[in-house]
Amino acid sequence: MKKLELKNLYDDFRDPATIKALSALIHEEAAKLDRDIRIMEVCGGHTHTIMKYGLKQLMPPNIRFIHGPGCPVCIMPKERIDHAYILAMQEDVILVTLGDMIKVPGSKGSLQDARSRGADVRFVYSPLDTIKIAQENPDKRIVFFAIGFETTTPMSAAMIARAEKLGLDNLLVHVNHVTVPEVMRELIDSRDEHIDSYNNRIDAFIGPSHVSVIAGAKIYKEFPEKYGRPVVVSGFEPVDVMEGVLMLVRQFTQDRCELEIQYRRSVTMEGNVAAQKQIERYFEKRPLFKWRGLGNIPDSALKLRDEYASIDAEAIYRDILPIEEIEDHKLCICGDILRGMAEPTECQVFGTACTPQKPLGSCMVSSEGACAAYYKYGDLLK
Amino acid sequence: MTKTITLAHGNGGAENQALIHDIFWKHLGNEILDRGEDAALLPTLKNPAMTTDSFTVSPLFFPGGDIGKLSICGTCNDLAMMGAAPKYLTLSVIIEEGFEARKLERIVRSMKKELATNDALIVSGDTKVVPKGTVDGLFVNTTGIGEVRAPGIGVHNIQEGDAIVVSRDIGRHGATIFVSREGLEMQSALQSDCASLWPQVASLLDSGIRPHALRDATRGGLAAVLNEWAAANELCIEVEEGAIPVSEEVRGICEMLGFEPTALANEGTFVMALDPAEVPMALEILEGFPGCESAALIGTVTTSHPGRVVLESAWGTRRFLELPTGELLPRIC
Repeated sequence: MKKLELKNLYDDFRDPATIKALSALIHEEAAKLDRDIRIMEVCGGHTHTIMKYGLKQLMPPNIRFIHGPGCPVCIMPKERIDHAYILAMQEDVILVTLGDMIKVPGSKGSLQDARSRGADVRFVYSPLDTIKIAQENPDKRIVFFAIGFETTTPMSAAMIARAEKLGLDNLLVHVNHVTVPEVMRELIDSRDEHIDSYNNRIDAFIGPSHVSVIAGAKIYKEFPEKYGRPVVVSGFEPVDVMEGVLMLVRQFTQDRCELEIQYRRSVTMEGNVAAQKQIERYFEKRPLFKWRGLGNIPDSALKLRDEYASIDAEAIYRDILPIEEIEDHKLCICGDILRGMAEPTECQVFGTACTPQKPLGSCMVSSEGACAAYYKYGDLLK
Repeated sequence: MTKTITLAHGNGGAENQALIHDIFWKHLGNEILDRGEDAALLPTLKNPAMTTDSFTVSPLFFPGGDIGKLSICGTCNDLAMMGAAPKYLTLSVIIEEGFEARKLERIVRSMKKELATNDALIVSGDTKVVPKGTVDGLFVNTTGIGEVRAPGIGVHNIQEGDAIVVSRDIGRHGATIFVSREGLEMQSALQSDCASLWPQVASLLDSGIRPHALRDATRGGLAAVLNEWAAANELCIEVEEGAIPVSEEVRGICEMLGFEPTALANEGTFVMALDPAEVPMALEILEGFPGCESAALIGTVTTSHPGRVVLESAWGTRRFLELPTGELLPRIC
């Protein structure tokens, strides 16, 4: 049997001839449409792929992308980053989190700033690496600042399970895990008074796929069934995204509205049931969670179950963690961008007062946000 | 010598003398250094070039090199990038109390080996020992003087129509250091590209090639060099993404962690702007050096987007290649 190498996992999915062929098929299919189709790729990973590989340039003019809110770093509100900052500045605390999070500014500064002011902040590639840090520093309190969508939640759960098994008593968790379906629903069915005046222009979704590896494609069923928005769960390579778009366009030309899976090599309808159970054991829905750029969305995040209050940093440090809301920047139009009502370049602070080095709004925060991707990769025509 | 370096070794007295004699002079001694004067007396140089650099790296020893090799390569390479043959270097070392003498000697031996590759000498030096915790093991500064062999090499000599060549596959040093530093517990055969570049530059110059600009793609990687060149001349550099040489190992690490190879540091890789007519011979010469088998023509200087670098994909899409910013951090998912 041929030995499988890492490059086998991406080479063919970036094959120039295949990408061009898919582009030709999309053009052919889209020519049958009598209207524009706006496709939201919910996940920041897809935004990254579309911008990095210039896939927008391969689309016919009547197929447009709306870049969605699926970047866990971008949507983290300043209030939560301030929590991380305050925890990091505690004398006996080592704050541990995942890579990108370290750069994001809250109202007091970023975790990088905290580190330069003497805080012990570390990033790990896998939450399980936090166990080792806790074991090596028995006289410190290790706070794991848990972030991410359904994709990363099982790793946080696995970390808690391991710590429980090892009887570690110096590992706390600050939970900021968010979930995808609620924010999708919010974008097309805005119930929040604050944003009730907005419409949206989302015609279809490219469904986040690593989220679906865990949660199963089933979580998107309501969108074709209740909201009339087709969903195709696609992989992250350029060929995956192109094929996903083609499948969506075909649904329109064939007058179908369904949930389909393009990323069959990883995604099933049911998902990873063992991981789902593990998540359920430790976490429950949070009644309200604020998304940067979108405001409060009911049931859109997770918290530790009450029986785990003894490891819940939010409960333990309740007295020093502020709960006052911090308004999003007035000039920022991230909310409109996320609903497909505006392009990043239409924002008056884009690239001037708001840059990746000094982001004002969520979409500029990481390269997976729409504004940062526009800023970074530009939007060059052929 | 004692087994570890103590504060006494920096006292200017007997222990200090022992450290200098038993480690530094023993390996780096030469006619000029051995005189032991307060300043080195140098022969007159025609067209001298001068540069300085400080080195801190964690870990101090990494696959493909160590801070000793790095501190000689770094300064000699900066001279080479101006078409100058490295000649004389100064060496300042700040050592953390408790540092193992055996390790220090290993580092100095690396320096010796790399100096020979450049045919350069250490002519003046200084050591300081500081209390534990005030430096991370060892900091090194080297300052170098070289002799310019081919005038007219510099960023501002880049012209429209110039070809852009990279001397080997990119990103090795950055990827190697990241893997060994961040405790990712990844297994990798990857080695840093850490190497002296003067031998390659000398061969190019000897064959009559006259590059318009040379730059070693250290921190900030290829992306930083190309952006600096484009900005300095208000010209556009158009790069064919598929032509940029990247090893499978580096590409794999970038895929896993969400890095761009173009943003990763190199310590023995340079970029060259030159007359396109000279490219075939330049590539032939570079390919003769070990590690440079993948030297490649990657782009052209144009006027289409002044001050910017444009990457073209194999399927015809185009995007800007930005200057890397901030700390190198893995993407989350």
